[in-house]
Amino acid sequence: MATLTAERGPVAPTTYRRFLSRHVSWIPVFAAIAILLIMIAGSMAYFPNFQLPRILSSILLDNAYLLVLAVGMTFVILTGGIDLSVGAVMAFTGILCASLLSQGVPVAVAVPAMILIGATIGLLIGVLVQFFDVQPFIASLIGMFLARGLAFVVSLQSIKVDNEGLLWLQSTRFSFAGWYITPTGIIALLTVALAAFVLRFTRFGRTVYAVGGNEQSARLMGLPVVRTKLSVYVISGVCAGLAGIVLTAYSGAGYPLNGVGTELDTIAAVVIGGTLLTGGSGFVLGSMIGVFVYGLIRTIISFSGAEQSWTRITVGALLLVFVVVQRIIVSRSALSK
Amino acid sequence: MKKFLSHRLVWPIAALVALIAVNTISRPSFLSITVQNGQLYGSLIDILRNSAPLMLVALGMTLVIATRGIDLSVGAIMAVSGAVALTIIEASPAPGNLGVVMIAIAAAVGSALLLGVWNGFLVSVLGIQPIIATLVLMLAGRGVALLITKGFITTINSDPYQFMAQGYVLGLPFAFYVSIAAVIVVGIVERRTALGMLTEAVGINPEASRLAGVRSRGIIWGAYIASGTLAGMAGILYSSNIMAADANAAGLYIELDAILAVVLGGTSLAGGKFSLAGTVVGVFTIQTLKSTITFLGVPPAVSPVFMAAAVLIVVLLQSRRFRAFFQTAGRSALRPLTRRPDAKVLS
Repeated sequence: MATLTAERGPVAPTTYRRFLSRHVSWIPVFAAIAILLIMIAGSMAYFPNFQLPRILSSILLDNAYLLVLAVGMTFVILTGGIDLSVGAVMAFTGILCASLLSQGVPVAVAVPAMILIGATIGLLIGVLVQFFDVQPFIASLIGMFLARGLAFVVSLQSIKVDNEGLLWLQSTRFSFAGWYITPTGIIALLTVALAAFVLRFTRFGRTVYAVGGNEQSARLMGLPVVRTKLSVYVISGVCAGLAGIVLTAYSGAGYPLNGVGTELDTIAAVVIGGTLLTGGSGFVLGSMIGVFVYGLIRTIISFSGAEQSWTRITVGALLLVFVVVQRIIVSRSALSK
Repeated sequence: MKKFLSHRLVWPIAALVALIAVNTISRPSFLSITVQNGQLYGSLIDILRNSAPLMLVALGMTLVIATRGIDLSVGAIMAVSGAVALTIIEASPAPGNLGVVMIAIAAAVGSALLLGVWNGFLVSVLGIQPIIATLVLMLAGRGVALLITKGFITTINSDPYQFMAQGYVLGLPFAFYVSIAAVIVVGIVERRTALGMLTEAVGINPEASRLAGVRSRGIIWGAYIASGTLAGMAGILYSSNIMAADANAAGLYIELDAILAVVLGGTSLAGGKFSLAGTVVGVFTIQTLKSTITFLGVPPAVSPVFMAAAVLIVVLLQSRRFRAFFQTAGRSALRPLTRRPDAKVLS
């Protein structure tokens, strides 16, 4: 790039600027990738026993549920909404799944049922938002209260899972040259891939961006706004149900207090990954980077032996930096128009 | 205007009265108030006392919501404020000294005020969305509180500090006076000056009010400062009630209760018109609902289901489409509204 600038002189800045203006929504993602790389480089230099393949594998393993949640949340945030219910829905489906399995219900029945329950709660939120003009914040709050309470209705204590089918998701490890991955990790990555494909290459995905960019314009263009906005909450619910299964497999038990505050971590990861909270701009891959940044912060803090309370502070600070950066980008692009 | 105002508060008050009636029928002792040592005791007094922190937080939240904002960080600010106050008292040689307690409270409320300034700066100067601006502090605040208490639950013995939440004056809990004083001060400042009207103007249409010469930045900033300060006072009441600074549990979910109280009181989350009296009714409704749930023998953990049902009913009643559906259904069953099946599923 440096030689290019030297040779072409004034041309390079315009190419650079054109690149920026065309890919303005990718800039926050690049920033997130840059931060992730800097953090990785820094910790490899600082901690001698920081083995990259092992650490990244374990981050994916520990945060598979968060990754699944972040995918669903990305859809909702892209339309300009928000879903606070994901943590509670995850806890509810997780404990219900554990409870059903302990009563001898086969996995083939329990797992689809959990996803269906997640979708139902998502549909409830979507209907409230779309048909009753309830603000997404309040509507998903109702879903959150409902799911959290129902989780405690199922059981007040944690329920251990001894179903081999579900535990297989966690115990199997496919290793390759220091890297390893479990079926839960594969589920999370497949969710990301599927969501990225849907958002990029399907009519529905493009409609999600259109609705988030300008709902009224989308409606005037004849796009199915109502159906799309309902669908994103259902997708988020499905992801929350799936995350409940993943988390139950990961921890080997269902616990009704799981995922308290996870909705905030999820939103933070999505925002750090470059999705604008105003909607219309962002990528599922960015959210994945955001989850990895979050996981790496946790890992670094436990590596350095500092108190875990620093995790929240660091995530909060990072969130702030990203929001301010986004704010500057948005106001810049508004000015250039 | 008067008619409109009374209309707006009819439903919140009706809900509160209905709750009290249900309680009184299921346990006749609910309304009884006994006098012991010149102090009043009873379920109603408990509700007055326990609602004080929520009242303070909800007042601040009303102002923030009126400017089209939202303050998610109040719970974290409560935790910080309690942590600051108790750390100062614990470190002092004389924890029972009134002067020490006053300094501790001043420092705690002062730090809460600073956090409010920070929130307001992010929202009004940098123009960051309120949800995300206050989310930053919501995430980081509890971490800060944990750092202040060094990860422990700080406990103290201090009579003057204990008095804040557990003391009585003229037969009524001191905390109740604090909350009433806050209601009166906020009410006078907002409603006896033009500030309330300007706040509503900013909330209804920020751009138009700016063109009309309203300094919206200062007004929005001020709302967050007020919310932070009131949350700091609530944090002191909370920590005084349990005489401990628990950075994880202090004010957990209070932001949701406060938002709920504001919405129950008839203030729209879309900003603009706000009702302080409605918020007061909303706070008492939520506190009564909580005490009802506890009394009914429902495990406290399950109570969110009831909260969800209550909020669902309230937001549906406030929804235009839901009302329209019932009015149409009343007039003629032959003219169905569009998308009626969905409305039916929920009703």
